[in-house]
Amino acid sequence: MNATTRTGFKARSDAALANPTLKTAIDRTTGTAERKRAAALAGFAEYEAARSRGSAIKDHVIANLDHYLEMFERNATASGAKVHWAATESEACDIVIRLCREAGAKRVTRSKSMLGEEIGLPDALGSAGIERVETDLAEHIIQLAGEHPSHIIWPAMHRTREQVAELFNADHKPPPADDEAASMVQSARHVLRGKFLSADVGISGANFLIADTGATCTVTNEGNAELTTTPPRVHIVTAGIEKLVPSTSHAMALLRLLVRSATGGELTQYTTFHCGPKRPGDADGPEKMHIVLVDNGRSEMIANEFRDMLRCIRCGACMNHCVVYRQIGGHAYGGTYPGPMGAVLTPVLDGLAQSRDLPFACTMNGRCAEVCPVEIPLPTLLRAWRGRSWRAGLEGPRMRAGLAAWAGLARRPGLYRMASGIGVRALRLLGRSGWIGSLPFAGGWTRHRDLPGPTGGTFMERYTARGARRPEDRR
Amino acid sequence: MTRATRPRVGLFVTCLVDAMRPEIGFAAIRLLEDAGCDVEVPTRQTCCGQPAYNSGDDASTAAVARQVIAAFEPFDHLIVPSGSCAGTIRHGYPALLASDADWGPRAARLAEKTHEIMSYLVDIRDYTPGGLRLEGSATYHDSCAGLRELGIHDQPRRLLAAVDGLEMRPLDGENVCCGFGGMFCVKYPAISDAIVGEKADTVERSGADMLLAGDLGCLMNMAGKLNRRGSKVRCFHTIEILAGGGNGPAIGEKP
Repeated sequence: MNATTRTGFKARSDAALANPTLKTAIDRTTGTAERKRAAALAGFAEYEAARSRGSAIKDHVIANLDHYLEMFERNATASGAKVHWAATESEACDIVIRLCREAGAKRVTRSKSMLGEEIGLPDALGSAGIERVETDLAEHIIQLAGEHPSHIIWPAMHRTREQVAELFNADHKPPPADDEAASMVQSARHVLRGKFLSADVGISGANFLIADTGATCTVTNEGNAELTTTPPRVHIVTAGIEKLVPSTSHAMALLRLLVRSATGGELTQYTTFHCGPKRPGDADGPEKMHIVLVDNGRSEMIANEFRDMLRCIRCGACMNHCVVYRQIGGHAYGGTYPGPMGAVLTPVLDGLAQSRDLPFACTMNGRCAEVCPVEIPLPTLLRAWRGRSWRAGLEGPRMRAGLAAWAGLARRPGLYRMASGIGVRALRLLGRSGWIGSLPFAGGWTRHRDLPGPTGGTFMERYTARGARRPEDRR
Repeated sequence: MTRATRPRVGLFVTCLVDAMRPEIGFAAIRLLEDAGCDVEVPTRQTCCGQPAYNSGDDASTAAVARQVIAAFEPFDHLIVPSGSCAGTIRHGYPALLASDADWGPRAARLAEKTHEIMSYLVDIRDYTPGGLRLEGSATYHDSCAGLRELGIHDQPRRLLAAVDGLEMRPLDGENVCCGFGGMFCVKYPAISDAIVGEKADTVERSGADMLLAGDLGCLMNMAGKLNRRGSKVRCFHTIEILAGGGNGPAIGEKP
């Protein structure tokens, strides 16, 4: 859980809106992602069929989760891995810390895992006095900056290349040769290489947990997951239970959707299957492999209105196409996961009272659901949170009173006619020139834009005045 | 066309059109009559309920929904000059009343015969407006609810192609939300402003004289932003143009 949850969403989003460098960074990354995804899908004729199949695979697994969890545990255990079960984020961190201590670990390497962020593993390792080395390039940047990811695919997308150069110049010894991307990548490789080889434990996430083989699967474009999981003595996987798929072919069906939706590529550079620790005769690999399966609110979602969210394969397309995310970036959301999928998940993870703005800070334009590769009805789920918020009485008294007054009128057409007639006349007095530049009770509107004044009496007044047919009167 | 084959349609005016721009309602009546419909305007209508629906107040929404259903179920069709309100009646009402043995099926039946006006004119009435001439250029913004909840994309373009002299210009990001979002624009005004600011940029870059769309909420948002910036782009609901109102006052212009 991010510490920023404690401060207000409005303060965070205002700060983001006032930061032109952030906007430049967001536009660069999401703009490229949008274009590349569109190009990738243009060449993927069977996309809609693949999307239906992907959704069906996830739905099937969620409906039979107990079956596949047991199958996965059986097969992973047979491969020599040890499976651990964590109901909550703190349980998950406790297990990982205990395993690190049992291994006598002083230094652990970690490849990017949003589940790890969700359970607060980076902070937990720090508190336990274990040196943590983030090996994903963007996570390396985040670690140097002391920040949390702002995007689930590009954690450091809020930082421009120029800002990254500053961080590297301050931290890397020797510093990068220049500020070109290639030099900076080379510098990070140099810094990380020694750590890869000297780590005691490597911690990774999993993009898929494959039930019929007991293997975990990671996909990366940097190869850092392979170097994180292979040289250390112990490999620990942390993964949410919704990552299960029945078999490798199902994982491949979802991978085709994941990569195209996330980066616009056809395949990731590295797709690696981890099946148990090093066996006799293997050239390399960890002596021990542990898999920590994390629930953290997921099994509760199976039984409530947020079940469809368990289909999510964490591609980030919803945030790349979200008008709100593209203005405020990821940190303003205040949770582990930003954007539309984050606005659904953060109230699950952090509580609705803590994150009530998120489901409301959405125009309900539906583009997120349109680009979702597993057909998650994100606006419907956000609306479900709005309903819960209303029923829990979390709205302010002004909002409740205003809506109650509106609802009282909306249910009494005669009274509504009278009230709207009066309101329109008042607005017309203010808007004699056509436009209204300032309205005391609608400052949210007129601070930024003019309000076109009413053009005359209400439609109903004018319609009635012209002696039109009124069916009710005839009955 | 004989009386018997003329559909009897109920016009759902929408609260915004009722209060702010009745011309859109009269344009709707003109077009529907020209397309061979008998148009009536039930006076028992107020609003589709979106202020409550989008605030999570399902009980108030359901009360308004029942009122709309009762007022409009006698008609062959319910026609709305808004994709957003049409989407709420078509998708929101049946979902909201699904577990109600009486109102659930009635909501579903009304949903089936509810249409946004441009899609109704093209898809159901196969209508092409005749004798229209308007000199100038226009660009079209796809309002989100119409586009994604109802699949309205080609219909307005086909109707506008019948206007002689009107040059249609492409709008970069035509399918990107304008930042209105109902209550969103007043609850999160700064975010909404940033979104509509980008929309205004693309509208101005299109070089068009006019901005057209199918939802008054979105239009008021975009027109209000364009005017605040001193832009000369004139904004109309598409059906105002189709009903011959393109030379009249645009949104915000003094009547």
